[in-house]
Amino acid sequence: MEATITLYVDGGRHDLTVDTRTTLLDALRDRLGVTSPKKGCDHGQCGACTVLLEGRRVVSCLALAVAHDGARVTTAAGLAEEGRLHPVARAFVDHDGFQCGYCTPGQVCSAVGMLEEVAADWPSHVTEGLDAPVRLSDEEIRERMSGNLCRCGAYVNIVAAIREAAR
Amino acid sequence: MKPFDYSRPAEASAAVAAVAGDPGAAYIGGGTNLVDRMKLGVTEPTTLVDVRNLLSDRIEELPDGRIRVGGAVPNSDLAAHPEVRRRFPVLSQALLAGASGQLRNVATTGGNLLQRTRCVYFQNRAMPCNKREPGTGCSAVEGYGRYNAVLGASEHCVATHPSDMAVAMTALGARAHVLGPAGERTVDLPGLHRLPGAEPERDTVLEHGDLITAVDLPHLPLALRSTYRKVRNRASYAFALVSVAAALDVVDGTVVDARVAFGGLAHAPWRAHRAEEALRGGPATEEAFREAGRVELADADTGPDNAFKVPMAVNTLALVLRGLTDEEAR
Ligand SMILES: Cc1cc2nc3c(=O)[nH]c(=O)nc-3n(C[C@H](O)[C@H](O)[C@H](O)COP(=O)(O)OP(=O)(O)OC[C@H]3O[C@@H](n4cnc5c(N)ncnc54)[C@H](O)[C@@H]3O)c2cc1C
Ligand code: SF4
Ligand code: FES
Ligand code: FES
Repeated sequence: MEATITLYVDGGRHDLTVDTRTTLLDALRDRLGVTSPKKGCDHGQCGACTVLLEGRRVVSCLALAVAHDGARVTTAAGLAEEGRLHPVARAFVDHDGFQCGYCTPGQVCSAVGMLEEVAADWPSHVTEGLDAPVRLSDEEIRERMSGNLCRCGAYVNIVAAIREAAR
Repeated sequence: MKPFDYSRPAEASAAVAAVAGDPGAAYIGGGTNLVDRMKLGVTEPTTLVDVRNLLSDRIEELPDGRIRVGGAVPNSDLAAHPEVRRRFPVLSQALLAGASGQLRNVATTGGNLLQRTRCVYFQNRAMPCNKREPGTGCSAVEGYGRYNAVLGASEHCVATHPSDMAVAMTALGARAHVLGPAGERTVDLPGLHRLPGAEPERDTVLEHGDLITAVDLPHLPLALRSTYRKVRNRASYAFALVSVAAALDVVDGTVVDARVAFGGLAHAPWRAHRAEEALRGGPATEEAFREAGRVELADADTGPDNAFKVPMAVNTLALVLRGLTDEEAR
């Protein structure tokens, strides 16, 4: 079964016909050649496929493309402006927030979405008191980024990169 | 994955008609559980009816003090809502203890309630499982048992319910609004999720085609002092081994009222009526809290892999109730 959908990816419009089984991740990578989001587990467990969907961070491997007809998707590659790295991506480079780099586009999108959530004063599992304003401690960064695994174990530098980008 | 038709009806009644009239049809909310199961071949719908844009994504305060949560409200939004944080901390905390930021942004209220067990044999098509294929047997009884139920299980299924949110809603006594082929009705928690008995394939009392349109949180001042504690294999991003949702009212060292529900212990979120009964009118002491836990778990049926859950549940309950008592004293 097929469906024709429109996706707005990193500022460009794409009309495409997909099998209804196609995930947003596969539509991006295999149909549109947008390879910045990566496939790690394909089951929502690792965060490598994280993109911003209508501005919110989501895992694209558990989203069906047909269910997001007309959606605006931003990938890590699309965060750059006028050839300049996004401040969060820049901080990952400055702090060696990666080794092989496979998890990095997902980490960067997740961090960008996460910082928006903090700006909106969303609490997390480790936030002390649900009525207090959120202070982005390292513990908060770790908890909020726990949906992004790094097989190379670059966590210490990832936390440092996000801490700096948050300033 | 098997091919399927996809539709996105504009009206709830059309969605219900589409699913009720087709045994191969399923609703899809955020898809974070359903799509996962479809990839595993554990669930093979031939038609998906998308209700995410159809159901309300609003959280409304009703004139009588209840809060109505639309069926499509994302878990993140529910957890962050100022009135939910203030009036039902247990619910915010339960949501924030579940899954990851990315998943909570997508997961819906209706889908979270109806997510299916994470039993490893249920998720593995190569293994017998009565829940997935009735009559084939239960691989977990003799197999990997760390997550198995200790209360209310049957010889047919020993799986546990995975939702954190549902445990908080079970403690609060939330009410689900359901639209079915015969019209609207409400189903209260506890009471939505069922014990396995001889029909482990049925997780809830809902029938095929029933749509959860909203969930009401009651007017419950007791919940102002409530909390959720989840014990898991690692500090974040893992399902519960044991969890406790509790609300407590202590006056002059005496428990006036209490609400307790456990996660990780049973096929359904487990409302601890016996523990509540034991607590009410008694002293707010460590020993009384432990005794209430022991009373609730008196009938626990354990094996070598999951016997740890009994002391873990008693200890966690005591910890949570002591924390709420100290909070009250401040
Ligand atoms: C890696 C990972 C970790 C996770 N960790 C946790 C955790 O720690 N704690 C936890 O609680 N959860 C956890 N989850 C599960 C997550 O919370 C659920 O996947 C999510 O809540 C399901 O919501 P959804 O809207 O995506 O549901 P869907 O996947 O869309 O649907 C789930 C089920 O409900 C049915 N359905 C959906 N909406 C309705 C409706 N309105 N009426 C009737 N039927 C409906 C569907 O047919 C389907 O069977 C985890 C998931 C993943 C992938
Ligand atoms: S415990 Fe239930 S879900 Fe798990 S294998 Fe047994 S029947 Fe299946
Ligand atoms: S590939 Fe999507 S979470 Fe792992
Ligand atoms: S840098 Fe290699 S997986 Fe994270």
